[in-house]
Amino acid sequence: MAQLQLREAIRAAMVEEMDRDTDVFLMGEEVAEYNGAYKVSEGMQDRFGSNRVIDTPISENGFAGLGLGAAMCGLRPIIEFMTWNFAFVAMDQIINNAAKIRYMSGGQFSFPIVFRGPNGAAGQLAATHNSSVESIFSCFPGLKVVSISNPDDAKGLLKSAIRDNDPVVFLESEFMYGMRGEVSEEADYLIPIGKARIAREGDAVTIVGHNKSYWRAMEAAEMLEADGYYAEVIDPRTIRPFDWGTVARSVRKTNRLVVVDESNPFASVSSEIAFQVQSRCFDYLDAPIRRVTAKDTPAPYAKNLMTYYMPSAEDTYQACRDVLYLD
Amino acid sequence: MPIAVEMPKMTDTMEEGVLVQWNVDEGAEIAAGDVIAQVETDKATMDVEAYDDGVLLRKVAGEGDALPIGALIAVLGARGDDVDAFLSQQADHKPPPVATEKPPASPQVSTPQKDALAPAAAGADRAVRIKASPLARRVAADHGLPLYQLRGSGSGPDGRIIRRDVEAHLSHPAAAVTQPDGYESVRVSQMRKTIARRLSQSKFTAPHFYLSIDVDMEQAVASRQRLNSQAERTGGVKVSYNDLVTKACAAALVQHPAVNSSYVAEENEIRQYNYVDIGIAVAIEDGLVTPVVRGVDRKGLTDIASEAAALAQRARDRKLQPAEMEGSTFTTSNLGMFGIEDFTAIINTPNACILAIGAIRDVPVVKGGQVVPGKRMKITLSCDHRAVDGALGARFMATLRGFLEEPLTLLM
Amino acid sequence: MSPQVYGTAAAIEGQTNGRDDNTVERLSSTVSFNAYRGGRYTHVDLGFSREEVLEMYRSMLLQRRFEERSAQMYGKQKIAGFLHLYIGQEAISTGSVQALEVGLDTVITAYRDHGIALALGMTANECMAELFGRVDGCSQGKGGSMHFFSRNKRLFGGHGIVGAHIPLATGIGFAHKYRGDGGVCVCYLGDGAVWQGSFHESLNLAGLYKLPVVYVVENNQYAMGTSVQRAAANADLYKQSAGYAMPGSLVDGMDVFSVTRAMRDHVAMARSNQPSVVEIRTYRYRGHSMSDPAKYRSKEELEDQKNQDVIIRLKSYLLDNEMAANGALDAIDRSVKQEVNESVAFAESSPLPPLEAIYDHVYTEKGFPFLR
Repeated sequence: MAQLQLREAIRAAMVEEMDRDTDVFLMGEEVAEYNGAYKVSEGMQDRFGSNRVIDTPISENGFAGLGLGAAMCGLRPIIEFMTWNFAFVAMDQIINNAAKIRYMSGGQFSFPIVFRGPNGAAGQLAATHNSSVESIFSCFPGLKVVSISNPDDAKGLLKSAIRDNDPVVFLESEFMYGMRGEVSEEADYLIPIGKARIAREGDAVTIVGHNKSYWRAMEAAEMLEADGYYAEVIDPRTIRPFDWGTVARSVRKTNRLVVVDESNPFASVSSEIAFQVQSRCFDYLDAPIRRVTAKDTPAPYAKNLMTYYMPSAEDTYQACRDVLYLD
Repeated sequence: MPIAVEMPKMTDTMEEGVLVQWNVDEGAEIAAGDVIAQVETDKATMDVEAYDDGVLLRKVAGEGDALPIGALIAVLGARGDDVDAFLSQQADHKPPPVATEKPPASPQVSTPQKDALAPAAAGADRAVRIKASPLARRVAADHGLPLYQLRGSGSGPDGRIIRRDVEAHLSHPAAAVTQPDGYESVRVSQMRKTIARRLSQSKFTAPHFYLSIDVDMEQAVASRQRLNSQAERTGGVKVSYNDLVTKACAAALVQHPAVNSSYVAEENEIRQYNYVDIGIAVAIEDGLVTPVVRGVDRKGLTDIASEAAALAQRARDRKLQPAEMEGSTFTTSNLGMFGIEDFTAIINTPNACILAIGAIRDVPVVKGGQVVPGKRMKITLSCDHRAVDGALGARFMATLRGFLEEPLTLLM
Repeated sequence: MSPQVYGTAAAIEGQTNGRDDNTVERLSSTVSFNAYRGGRYTHVDLGFSREEVLEMYRSMLLQRRFEERSAQMYGKQKIAGFLHLYIGQEAISTGSVQALEVGLDTVITAYRDHGIALALGMTANECMAELFGRVDGCSQGKGGSMHFFSRNKRLFGGHGIVGAHIPLATGIGFAHKYRGDGGVCVCYLGDGAVWQGSFHESLNLAGLYKLPVVYVVENNQYAMGTSVQRAAANADLYKQSAGYAMPGSLVDGMDVFSVTRAMRDHVAMARSNQPSVVEIRTYRYRGHSMSDPAKYRSKEELEDQKNQDVIIRLKSYLLDNEMAANGALDAIDRSVKQEVNESVAFAESSPLPPLEAIYDHVYTEKGFPFLR
């Protein structure tokens, strides 16, 4: 095991896969000469040369589509969006081309491609730079959506994503790039896409949270433990396909569910989790499912408003107490 | 081809019935005329007979379900018929649902359903709007515990019953039943609904007034003793005071036909009956019924006595047929056996009058300047002033007292 | 400038200012504008044998007859959805395929894709079955008219969203270069797609990375109902290349030999990693799609264009040069009609996809846990 920052874990995954397979290349804004806007790809151009670590103009629709065209020919591009907010100008490529062409071609062309970059809130950047895109992309059959919460998962899941033969939307976080953690150094360290992780076992309430929200869930679980209740915390790791079995088994045990999700609440990942769990676990629920989400507004700039906007550990803790009928 | 068995109309006032009991199991061979179930109507619990031969393929109604007339209660047919297809076909012309009642009488835990989560059971809970978490429902069902027994014990928001409430009940059933500062919710039966509706209607539409009179019962007591000791010897029918009063009422009503009447507002008429059918209020376990003795004016005392006794027994056994409770022209109500000296009764509409009969009291009376023991009984006539005025009622009461004080005249 | 003048051979002639060579304007050593006028190239110039020319004639005729029958089948409700016909534009598909190494070079186009599919050698059977939504269709009934694909013929699709496929072409060109396989990508797009950002982003990326791509603008003069003059600040679409430092050419799309000549030149550029733009002026006789009555243009305009019809023109060439007799050409027509009729029978008899096939081809992975 090595102590790595999350950005280093992502880099390690890319480097290992590029060493292993020359069809893999990295393309994006500032990934090469600048060493990455968040220093994720630092040193990679030196290692692989500018034919495989490629700077682009600010042209997301163009280079997202370029990556897809290359993937149709069997290459395995890693396309970095400086943030997922900028992918909105490339939506046509991701939604109409990446997700659907395999289907429309009767399976003749597929897209072994990874689109990756930081997702969700990143501080006082105001509304356009704080979008959470996981529910949007998860709407589209043909895509896979992975959302990571720690360095070890970052490495194991990104390596799996690069080897996957279908397009993967890979969601990171500006706030977590500097996070340190133990990372496996196994040669072929692959964490399967579509499998959730039970991060903490408990019997009182199930808390589901991905990406940064996973950490809110863990904090809330600590607070509950002080009250004498043991929460089970699940990091879904993959949003599409979602590991319903792991969450449903947990809810059948705890009989209650709180979902933390930093997306806006309407038609979000938490909405789908709530629906699926009620339909799979209806007779096991002792309380309505609760969600803790961002406010139903664009993200604000002012510090106090931004703090208020985000789902907090305290809100999560209170939601758990509510479903436990403690107050 | 399956045959629908529907909730029959069993009385003229019935709108819905509660299926209180199934008499046959699914899969049983049924012949036309077999009693397959009991239904509690507004008047009585009655038999539901099959009209066709066949196998009882499916019980659609559960015990305790209240269903409107015409609602599907069961499916009859041949083995192998596709019941589900038939039901989905039926669903298109299903009558609107009515609030479901819980099983009557017995507060005992009912036998767990074959499938604790069967729609019928869930539906029953829903209809009375018991708020419970899905888990609580399942745990309760697993233990055969009807959720209504937990009503009011929910500790979740808005009284939602949650798992811990069910578990508390299962470990200490009494604790859940005894509620410190609450009330126990008692089901309103079909009969109680009918009583409530009809008596409110009577009291609110018929302007009541009351006439009381004290009757010397000395001779009546003596006559009854003689008649009954004779009956004892011959094995004949014993006569009650109530029978005597019934007979006396009939005799008085013949003389005052205006009291033997109904005010029929819709027809703008008062009906004076030329026969005397007297309803006798009989208390039964959870209410009262009024079986009718027919043609009392033309019947002898012993006939009246035997008929009244039989009707009362059938009433207590809940075996009365609706026809046996319909069409009275006058009603009596007797609470003397409870020691009630006098009371007023609410008119059993459409009758114009009802007679409330008190207990026979031993009282000191002055007779020939001497204070001697005497027998007295207070009777009170409630009159519908729309049909009967005070003077008329008073004359009827005087005549009635005359018959009771000189019972021999009843034989004439 | 009226559409007639804009699209005609005379108008293209005008671009060269009467000069005899093809050069319209030379901006720098790499950036020049050229014109490929109609009627200036013979089969001998292009090195075509008589048989090859007859094969080109057959190719165009197959596209024509296939689409005429498709329109009929659409009317009989055998074909649903959008059906965009290529009739009138067949010289572009057939002419440009002569410049390609089929099987190595890659082709990608928009939704008016039947012509290029047949020109590349996809069978009428698989194409008609796709229009019918049957399992034997080239996309197994999942794509329909707008989404013909053939991995075999390296047709990377018909694409339904205007402009969406242009970045894909850029990436396909990137893959040719990354792999060094020597192939080039030909990307067809309509005059309407020129005004999507994706076209400009792609040209920039291709120019920047020196990618082997030819962007072929099939200028049929109408983006649905909007004529080029009503959509373009500069109606000489080939000149867009200059902004991205690459050559641009203007071609008379009513002459299959002019198309071949131009495409050979531009494919050659691409093979040496020089991307370029080719604008081919053409004309579609039919509406934008089956539901378009095409009221935005006059009958006279349409008749005028039909007189220059690409197939009639090649037929006259064959007859005038005594390369084939009328009877032989009629025999070709009969054989093409037969092939098309058989494709209808084939499509009719091909099964509808089974319902479970709805879950096929979404992911490469087997057993993806779809919500059901």
